[in-house]
Amino acid sequence: MSPLLDPLAWLILLPLLWATLAFVAADRHGPALALAGIGAQLLCVIALAGDVASHGSNGHLAGGWAEPLGIRLVADGLSLVMLLLTQGVALALALYARSYFSRATPPAFWPLTGFLLAGMNALFLSGDLFNLYVTLELVGLAAVGLVAAGGGAAQIAAALRYLLATLVGSGAYLFGVALIYGSYGTVSASLLGTLITAEAPLAVWLAGGLMLTGLLLKTALLPFHFWLPPAHGGAPAPVSALLSALVVKASFYLFLRLWLGPFAALTEALPGLAQVPAALGAAAILWGSWRAIRADRLKMLVAYSTVAQLGYLFLIFPLLGTGALALQAGILQATAHGLAKAAMFVAAGTLIKVGGSDRVLGVAGAAAHLPVSLFAFALAGVTLMGLPPSGGFLAKWLLIDAALAAGQPWIVVVALSGGLLAGIYVFRVLRLAFRRPTAHDDVPLPQRPAALLEWTAFALAAGSVLIGLGAAPLLALIAGVQP
Amino acid sequence: MTSNQWLPLAVIASSLLPGLIIFALPEKRVALRTALNLAGALAKAGLVGLLIAGVAAGEEYGLRHAIAPGIEIVFKADALALLFVTLSAVLWLFTTLYAIGYLEHAPHRSRFFGFFSLCVTATMGIAMAGNLFTFFVFYELLTLATFPLVVHRGTPQAMRGGSIYLAYTLAGGAALLAGIVWLDHLAGPGEFTQGGLLATIPGLDPLTLQLIFALLIAGVGVKAAIVPLHGWLPQAMVAPAPVSALLHAVAVVKAGAFGIVRIVYEIYGVEFAQSLGLLLPLAIIAAVTILWGSTRALFQNDLKKRLAFSTVSQVSYIVLGVALFGPLGTIGGLVHLVHQGIMKITLFFCAGNYAETLGIHKVSEMNGVGRRMPLTTLAFTIGALGMMGAPLTAGAVSKAWLSDGASAAGMDWAIWVLWGSSLLNAAYFLPILHRAWIKLPPPDWPHEEIHPLGRRETAWLLLLPPLFTAAMTLGVALFADSSISPLAWARLIADREYLNMAE
Repeated sequence: MSPLLDPLAWLILLPLLWATLAFVAADRHGPALALAGIGAQLLCVIALAGDVASHGSNGHLAGGWAEPLGIRLVADGLSLVMLLLTQGVALALALYARSYFSRATPPAFWPLTGFLLAGMNALFLSGDLFNLYVTLELVGLAAVGLVAAGGGAAQIAAALRYLLATLVGSGAYLFGVALIYGSYGTVSASLLGTLITAEAPLAVWLAGGLMLTGLLLKTALLPFHFWLPPAHGGAPAPVSALLSALVVKASFYLFLRLWLGPFAALTEALPGLAQVPAALGAAAILWGSWRAIRADRLKMLVAYSTVAQLGYLFLIFPLLGTGALALQAGILQATAHGLAKAAMFVAAGTLIKVGGSDRVLGVAGAAAHLPVSLFAFALAGVTLMGLPPSGGFLAKWLLIDAALAAGQPWIVVVALSGGLLAGIYVFRVLRLAFRRPTAHDDVPLPQRPAALLEWTAFALAAGSVLIGLGAAPLLALIAGVQP
Repeated sequence: MTSNQWLPLAVIASSLLPGLIIFALPEKRVALRTALNLAGALAKAGLVGLLIAGVAAGEEYGLRHAIAPGIEIVFKADALALLFVTLSAVLWLFTTLYAIGYLEHAPHRSRFFGFFSLCVTATMGIAMAGNLFTFFVFYELLTLATFPLVVHRGTPQAMRGGSIYLAYTLAGGAALLAGIVWLDHLAGPGEFTQGGLLATIPGLDPLTLQLIFALLIAGVGVKAAIVPLHGWLPQAMVAPAPVSALLHAVAVVKAGAFGIVRIVYEIYGVEFAQSLGLLLPLAIIAAVTILWGSTRALFQNDLKKRLAFSTVSQVSYIVLGVALFGPLGTIGGLVHLVHQGIMKITLFFCAGNYAETLGIHKVSEMNGVGRRMPLTTLAFTIGALGMMGAPLTAGAVSKAWLSDGASAAGMDWAIWVLWGSSLLNAAYFLPILHRAWIKLPPPDWPHEEIHPLGRRETAWLLLLPPLFTAAMTLGVALFADSSISPLAWARLIADREYLNMAE
């Protein structure tokens, strides 16, 4: 295939291209550039999907240099699902952001979004550990920039905290990569998968520990979650959605890849090790939900819900040995949560923008004047609670099935209690929305927002529910990825 | 796709599509909304008629859709499903008429009727679910779709009722999910099978099966309001009267009771459940619920609350019938599924009429109401007599079969429970009838909203539905032996359920 037609390369080049153009051009051209660019990226992913569905995976070496010198780009079912999720959610969010920022776009919002997407796409397609480090940094710095773009003192503080976390995380990762390179002289993930064995030297174990811990820090798994709520809760709504739905999934994806790939020999040698992420995940579910239940501000509630929902992703690690179920559960949860959380953040953004208050109490009576946004919030909530027929429900079903197969009933208990706790914080918002406005009824009804604001949220939320009914193609895509 | 596949889907779509369109309608489009509601309800009744004719002739209706490896959405319109489908479709028609009248000037009617249609859609899904997975999907959908209706008024009491409703039903749903996935893990997809699925699978650990049974029954028992899981039902009576009808007769408690029927007969199999020793505990829980609900009803002054506790008691007649081993008890339980719905919806319609017309909410305010609203009170009287099991009413038929079932199963104590409950029913209904017919009316009603107009004691749309359902209460008893009565259908189901077992 001619390199000019290779969707792998274009998935990385396109966002870089339109980000640069958006940086040079006036702010008002940003949305058009972004929408055109993301639309084209989506086409690339679809082209790639056809390729992967027929060949299993699709790889190529940039510049034609052979490994270990060349940079390897590779796509398989797992990366394809993540790419699809990323472009799909990004497209909806770009539409939303265009309308949301109709008066004033935060400085550099569109270029930063472009660089963020370029970094994420490169992350999903990269096959060597150092290249992955570069993508991690690109994603992290663009994300920090987006948080800071909000401009307020609180946002700057949150961005600095986020910057610290992401730098420490990627620093630990880089240190690990250096140790690996020192031991094996290569950073190719596929080569390392065969080189690293259970008898690996201590330095490799240390490298594994550093890299995985660094990624946990970036994924905000409890106890490394401290940076997430202020950053995600404080940023402008489209940014919050982008970060909560996609960015944390990128570092989770890498964690999963390393766990199943280069470090598989290490994790299999110490079966008890898998209980560590699972235990932290369980703690995250309980603690995150509790904080969401207690949250005072609406976006903090949604942000803490992310802390909790990320926990589910890590429950799968002790169950990976029992077959495909656990991996399916994890990927489905990542996808469904990505769609639902994007929907919930943008719906919350609309509720706050129109209602004028960022408190949870501010949604009182919203069922009457913002029915579509509220319905989107509720549908997204259905996924977060894991109620049928949503994607979150199917993920939970598969997770429970896998936990029973692996003889780990405690995971069943955690998954079910997590759903009930989510019910408490979701319905905390919904029941307020149904409350009849009291006393000062003479307050004029707020103006209706642009239809686009409401319907993008609705489309994302509906997607998170419908994926539960149409999960077969998605599950078929990752069937080829063996744990 | 053959007609045997699309017919069940069409039954579901006949309320789903109007519901979705209604959500999008502006508040002012009253005529179009009413037309959609009625068209949906009538279309559903017609489609159900087609299904009944087909199933009676031995046709099989069903549809499968795989959503993941080993997980399927399955619809199956068998005789048992149709018992529930028909009840809900017919009562939905009446409730829709009633709701149109009841909510004439209320706000947010598009939202109300949208969720109302979703509730019935979920109920149809529950009735026609062919496996536990599908059952669960629609069972939870029903929870979600009823919540906005329970809190519709937006008052603090409504909010409280809604929160309690959710706390019970979501926790119940979690127990049900745990049981279903556990069963799925042990025995494969929980397909509903005549004669019982588990009975055909050898080598299952009895203790595990008993535990799973407890989880499943706790899960569906919340909606069936068995003691001690009944606390939400009296709280949810703050909802508008059409919603109470939906909760108590058309959908919610019936979904729970129906779930118990499916689990006992078609997952475990009644004989296998008996051999695991599961039926006696279930019968005892049902008996306790029957007596407890009736006793609590005695002490309620709020009319709808009294009716709500009465529902707690009456729904467990169904559970008791299921737990009585033998076809007679089965028939009694199944037929009461229908009869209780018809009688209780009559009573709630009437309670709604008293509240809407005269502002009467309490039993103590009902003095002489029979002179002001004779037709409503007549309907109420028929419903109340039915609940007591008076002769010539639907309740008498149910009770006769349940009593026969109890003696056939060698559980004569259950007959005493039924008699005790009838006495308690009389003790809390007769004083109401005495007040309404004999005592003199007060000079002023608490809050007279609708004034009499000739022979019309209240709005026609409020008056006609309870009169129809009261007539049905008598009709299903008078024509119990005809081939189209609920009793005949219940016998058909019991025949098929036990015939299969004998093979």
